[in-house]
Amino acid sequence: MLLELSGISKHFGGIVAVKDIGFGVKEGSILALIGPNGAGKTTLFNIITGALPPEAGSVTINGREIVGLKPFEIASAGITRTFQNLQLFGSMTVLENVMAGAYLRSKKGFVRSFLSFPGTCREEKKIREESLILLEEIGLAETAGLPATQLPFGKQRLLEIARALASKPALVLLDEPAAGLNPSETEALTDYLKKLKTKGTAMILIEHDMQTVMEAADRIVVLNFGQMIAEGTPAEIQAHPEVIKAYLGEDEKIA
Amino acid sequence: MHLKNHKGLILLLFLLVIPLKIDSNYLYSTLVVIAIYSIVVQGLGILMGYAGQVSFGHAAFFGLGGYTAAILTTRFNWPTLIALLAAAILPGILAAIIGRQTLKLRELYLALATLGFGILVHIIFNEGGELTGGPSGMSGIPNLTIGTISFDNDQKFYLLVWFMLLLILIGIYNLVHSRTGRALCSIRESEYAAENAGVDCARLKLQAFTFSALLAGLAGGLYAFYVSFISPSPFSFHTSVQFVLMVVIGGLGTFWGPLLGAVVVVSLNELLREIVPLLIPGAGGEYQIIIYGIILVGLMIFQPKGLSSIGRYFRLPLKKELKPEG
Ligand SMILES: Nc1ncnc2c1ncn2[C@@H]1O[C@H](COP(=O)(O)OP(=O)(O)OP(=O)(O)O)[C@@H](O)[C@H]1O
Ligand SMILES: [Mg+2]
Repeated sequence: MLLELSGISKHFGGIVAVKDIGFGVKEGSILALIGPNGAGKTTLFNIITGALPPEAGSVTINGREIVGLKPFEIASAGITRTFQNLQLFGSMTVLENVMAGAYLRSKKGFVRSFLSFPGTCREEKKIREESLILLEEIGLAETAGLPATQLPFGKQRLLEIARALASKPALVLLDEPAAGLNPSETEALTDYLKKLKTKGTAMILIEHDMQTVMEAADRIVVLNFGQMIAEGTPAEIQAHPEVIKAYLGEDEKIA
Repeated sequence: MHLKNHKGLILLLFLLVIPLKIDSNYLYSTLVVIAIYSIVVQGLGILMGYAGQVSFGHAAFFGLGGYTAAILTTRFNWPTLIALLAAAILPGILAAIIGRQTLKLRELYLALATLGFGILVHIIFNEGGELTGGPSGMSGIPNLTIGTISFDNDQKFYLLVWFMLLLILIGIYNLVHSRTGRALCSIRESEYAAENAGVDCARLKLQAFTFSALLAGLAGGLYAFYVSFISPSPFSFHTSVQFVLMVVIGGLGTFWGPLLGAVVVVSLNELLREIVPLLIPGAGGEYQIIIYGIILVGLMIFQPKGLSSIGRYFRLPLKKELKPEG
């Protein structure tokens, strides 16, 4: 297992956000995390990335405990994420956003940055090229020079994904990446994620669109009111009585 | 953008020759003051415009640099160049110490904390007794000597400070176009996302703060050697506000902003001092402040992004920027 969670719990005041969550993510696989609004999905991402401390439980990546590490240390351990409420570097260009995401791909610190000319820096050139390739792949190449805030909402989501991938992480946490995308964009994104998987990047995908989930995911974890009510393959989840019950009364349909 | 800044630096180099032809002491001294303030504001510009952290206490670092140079040379007879180095290093170390706690604060709280620090240091200058000379300050600071050159007149000092400023500008240019520059910007835009990209935000903010204090201290040391006399009054809260104004007026997060801001604010101060008494006979200093305020408010209304954004009106968008270099 690449990532393993066990016994993760967290509450806010009287609300149990997540309780006793445990599952694993294999290298190069996609795990979908689904559940109704407020089920605790984003909270789990916050815990994995070190933004929130859990009250109990452990998270390991390649066997190494990461609970208690700072967010930037967890990033350098190979986990990056996108944000449900976008956190783009708004006044920077699209290309700069991705290049900033590639921070871990180069080494130069404050003093050396001050002392050396950027034009002569091979590292910098490499990162620029890699970032442009990434933008090309995700379909944002023509907008590379625009300020990030000038992108339409759907493209901003894609940019968040590109930025999260720029450091070449082992695991990417995607928080509702298809929200705000139209059906054809969603389909393109699904294809892209599957391609990414074949290149060896593991993902946890929070997504409300069941078609995307069933198509892209290798395994699915279902949360409801902070509890893990089911885990399994897409086929198993579709047939799971508790899942069907949790989703009844909501507009969500399980394909 | 890269090309444009190179051109700008070369143009600046040519502009700097003009005063040598005019050879006026008034012009030299104004330009020395501009360069010294610019050095402070270069560092503050990185802290405020790039890392997004405000400081209302930089006059303190500026003053600490000045007093360090003054005390080490007059009381302890240190060589002037070493004293100048110490003038930069000491405020830097102090910033590294106090920044660790202070920079955890955000926005208004950070502004208040740095303001408090500035006021405290100013009080220490005033109440320092023998060591600082109290409110009347200390005089007899020797001329700065580097090797065999003694910087004993306005023209030499003019060349020295602008040469140093030029070197700093080149460094800043490198910095803002580097990985570190992008990381600083990313902190300003979203600390969450910056951390998630692997940026140690606390550490980088501390480095930016330390760097800005170092430059302020260096500028303070140069100031002490230039005027050869030092007292608490140029290092008050008022000066800290002026520094912040220079950064904001020039344009936050822009390469040319801090220099432009320093030029405009210092020139405006000089101009108003000359012109206001001519227009309104018998006018006191308060008229200057009022007109100064009106101009600033006007600038902020019509150029909210600072003066360096004026350049946009003269430039076509460069599509080429998007392509990879080389
Ligand atoms: N920082 C916080 N402070 C207080 N309560 C919080 C905080 N973050 C989340 N919660 C609460 O914890 C619960 C789980 O929230 P979370 O955002 O994890 O849900 P989610 O599954 O991501 O929902 P959605 O599908 O709407 O994004 C909710 O009741 C939410 O109100
Ligand atoms: Mg959520």
